[in-house]
Amino acid sequence: MAEIIDYLGDPWTLEFMRRGLIAAVAVSAVAAVIGSFVILKGMAFIGDALPHASFGGIAAAFVLGGNLFLGGAIAAVLTALLIAFVSRRGLVKYDTAIGILFVGAFAAGILIISRQTNYAPDLFSFVFGNVLGVSWSDVWTTAIAAAVIVVLVVVFYKELLFVTYDPAMAAAAGLPVAAVQYGLMALIGVTTVIGLQTVGIVLVVALLVTPAATAQLLTRRLPAMMAVGAVIGGLSSLGGLYIAYYADVSASAAIVLTATTFFLLALLFAPARGLLWQRRSLPPEPA
Amino acid sequence: MTDGTADALALEARDLWAGYDGQPALEGVTFDIETGCLAGLVGPNGSGKSTLLRVILGLHKPWRGDIRVFGSSRRPDRRRLGYTPQSEQVDWSFPVTVLDMVLMGRYGHLGPLRRPTRADREIAWQALESVRLADLAHRRAGELSGGQQRRALIARALAQEADLLLLDEPFAGLDATAEHDLIALLEGLRHQGKTLLVATHDLSCVAADFDHAILLNRKVVAFGRPSDVFTEELLNATFQRHLLLVRLEGRTYVGHG
Repeated sequence: MAEIIDYLGDPWTLEFMRRGLIAAVAVSAVAAVIGSFVILKGMAFIGDALPHASFGGIAAAFVLGGNLFLGGAIAAVLTALLIAFVSRRGLVKYDTAIGILFVGAFAAGILIISRQTNYAPDLFSFVFGNVLGVSWSDVWTTAIAAAVIVVLVVVFYKELLFVTYDPAMAAAAGLPVAAVQYGLMALIGVTTVIGLQTVGIVLVVALLVTPAATAQLLTRRLPAMMAVGAVIGGLSSLGGLYIAYYADVSASAAIVLTATTFFLLALLFAPARGLLWQRRSLPPEPA
Repeated sequence: MTDGTADALALEARDLWAGYDGQPALEGVTFDIETGCLAGLVGPNGSGKSTLLRVILGLHKPWRGDIRVFGSSRRPDRRRLGYTPQSEQVDWSFPVTVLDMVLMGRYGHLGPLRRPTRADREIAWQALESVRLADLAHRRAGELSGGQQRRALIARALAQEADLLLLDEPFAGLDATAEHDLIALLEGLRHQGKTLLVATHDLSCVAADFDHAILLNRKVVAFGRPSDVFTEELLNATFQRHLLLVRLEGRTYVGHG
């Protein structure tokens, strides 16, 4: 018994593990909340695009000696708003707008960095994630940003729900649909940026999409989907860090694969909707 | 909601022109709808039915022309206008319950940041009862049958306490029983003093049960009592193909010739 407790407690005797855990749990929980909107609107591609786009801002901030987080956040939010603007105007299709803008911003990042004689390891931590290398100030930035995002979602829940669910009806009812859509895009942008340090540009989309998709299989209503998604995201971070600690593998990859495992379990075993009892999930007979 | 000043006309459209990218979808559309009637908006695909509904709702800006809702040409009080979109435009996989969805009808009444109150919930429940869905209130909206989904959309418009309801293709894809149920529901709403404008392909049910019909094909081909406007000549002008009219025991049936 004591051995099990030692085994479970051992990683957290290390300060960098504790810091990593707090940052990863905060990020993956808030990413599941925002990710619920992302998957319900079929915007997973955006979750992939914004982190890449933020790299342009990170590189610019690095060269200028500014705050990398802030540079990335500005680039991500600007890209998100531009995508929303271009597609609202119907100038080009939504996914085309995303494709053009995110690769453009990512290329700008590479261009800026290629002028530097030596690639800084700091920047690689954004590409691949370095959750075990976060400082306490990173942890606080992440936790505060995550808390602000959750508060905004709670405060504007009615508007976010209506506009996401039925924009035409919401507009007819007099809600400021455009403002809500831009706001949601900005929140997605900020969420991806705070996810960068945990899992990196390439994997951050998994934090947005996977726990929320898992929760969708297990719940009936959006608030429950967000809450369950946040718990699954947090558990994925916890499980991933254990695996990283004991198997000595990349923490970001372990976190993402733990989330993937939860999703596969839900896909198979979700009550009534899992593949195993697909036959019982037929809709009820009409009255 | 009716304030006693009994506007005789729920809806007046005068010389409406509207379209997309320079392509006209409505060309000089003019008609009236009396308060408290069940009106059909009839025309083939691409005849501008949905565009007309969107213009009335203020979702699409007309190039020119004038719309009056209950006698007012100002931006209509959105709360008096209810709308049920075509069923396929609704995301039925979205994780909301039937009650959540109907409660959204109240959102236009609430200010920013305000939550639905107990009174709003009460109104939503009443709307669900009037479409006989109260016992399914906690089901996921996507679990309803086609007919139930249409009734849920109507309940949302009722929760809004709208006086003029615009329904876009509510009969599409319904079997005969569900369609019959839905028509009975619409007639019940008319008895309560609601005005309903229903865009539909279903000529036979407009002929049998509606007070008023507008035949639309970019222009208004005719409007009036269905018995007056459902002639082979006018219907063929509207649909630009030959339709068969059969009158049996005072009812008119329309078939494709």
